[in-house]
Amino acid sequence: MSELRFTNQHEWVRIEGDEATVGITKYAAEQLGDVVFVELPEAGKKLARDAEAAVVESVKAASEVYAPLSGEIVAANAALSDDPAKVNADPEGEGWFFRIKLADKAETEGLMTADQYTEFVKGL
Amino acid sequence: MATTEDVLRHTPLHALHLELGGKMVPFAGYEMPVQYPAGILKEHLHTREKAGLFDVSHMGQAFLSGDDPAAALERLTPSDLIGLKEGMQRYCLLLNDQGAILDDFMTARLAGERALYLVVNAATKESDFAYIAQKLAGVATLNPQTDRALFALQGPAAEAVLARHAPDAAALRFMHVRRMDVAGAPAIVSRSGYTGEDGFEISLNAADADRVARLLLREAEVMPIGLGARDSLRLEAGLCLYGHDIDESTGPIEANLAFAIGKRRKIEKNFPAAEHIVDALFNGVPRKRIGIRPDGRAPAREGTEIADKNGRVIGRVTSGGFAPSLNVPVAMGYVESAFAGDGTEIDLLVRGKPVPAHVAPMPFVPHRYKRTTPS
Repeated sequence: MSELRFTNQHEWVRIEGDEATVGITKYAAEQLGDVVFVELPEAGKKLARDAEAAVVESVKAASEVYAPLSGEIVAANAALSDDPAKVNADPEGEGWFFRIKLADKAETEGLMTADQYTEFVKGL
Repeated sequence: MATTEDVLRHTPLHALHLELGGKMVPFAGYEMPVQYPAGILKEHLHTREKAGLFDVSHMGQAFLSGDDPAAALERLTPSDLIGLKEGMQRYCLLLNDQGAILDDFMTARLAGERALYLVVNAATKESDFAYIAQKLAGVATLNPQTDRALFALQGPAAEAVLARHAPDAAALRFMHVRRMDVAGAPAIVSRSGYTGEDGFEISLNAADADRVARLLLREAEVMPIGLGARDSLRLEAGLCLYGHDIDESTGPIEANLAFAIGKRRKIEKNFPAAEHIVDALFNGVPRKRIGIRPDGRAPAREGTEIADKNGRVIGRVTSGGFAPSLNVPVAMGYVESAFAGDGTEIDLLVRGKPVPAHVAPMPFVPHRYKRTTPS
């Protein structure tokens, strides 16, 4: 399993071949609090990098999740519809949001490593 | 003024909030805990199941004194305050000259005291106090109590918990109020709250606040509750949040708060914009505050447009979110009166897409107040 990469929008990305799995980071999940609803993109949807890809709602508020990389959605985590609390329980595992087929693999160069992201969060 | 507003005020429990791991946010000029480490869902459910302790010391407390403070205050509110019995409190609306709502507040008449005790919202306390003092100048004097704390202890275990420290509290019934000692500290205790549960509101000297709060939190049933769960609890209970569900653009009738108009006052019509409000009461209003149950799982937040089934916008959500006790989203808002009937099918325009919903009765979760049993 390849290691995770991160964005400054608090998403994690696991790149496997020409696809990437995307979710929100543990830090983001803690900041949001109890997640009660997740709206996911449909398979086949084409997204440009930084376009709105999903919505995650806690008891208190709604937040957007942006596409960390350009591409086409190949799958969404349907389990989150029934059990959105998975986002809090296991944000970087079972709480994944969607898989995207990458349009331009070069975009992955701009992502942060785990160490870089940890430093980034410390600075917030 | 910007410099003073930039500095967030602290309640007497600020150090305790930090110690408990409260996630502090700015609210109405104060730094307040939106949640503790347990999180909003657990805090909410715990309050309905056992008991929650809320710090609401940011709210405004005042005494209104004078020859007849009740008669004076009736100039600004349609409540029957002259008829308010000793040892009772009443929910009131503060109206401007046009009959719009400046705030909602509680008025208590303590046994053996001429002055009335008022509790107003945090965000509006300065403007309320200035308005009341100015409007009643010469007939009543408002004395804001800046050195008092205010707690709410809410939930089915609240009575058992408080009775351990204030045995007299158990005898109170819903909306009763009296002075008593709580753990040896002089306090004003009312059986009331903002959650729909049985419970108490406890006003005490700031100097006693930290000690008494710690004693209450040491009780096995009690958990500290932040503003996040306070909001979800009051929404489930169908209670208005000032500045959202009611404000200076809403009147008492469209807000569905006609119960706050005293029977005698409707006849006397001697409160602000009385003719207009009584006319609205009997002849109807163009729009009404309603409860909303979205059919799906997506919450509709404040500001969401409400449309009829033909896509015409007929209103707007004023409070919306997730109801932890029901495990579904709920909301309240205003719609044109023709669409205000329970069960009416509507659409909520969430992120541009229509989400089917129904007009629903409130409260969403039944109130569990300990009322006096009618004899």
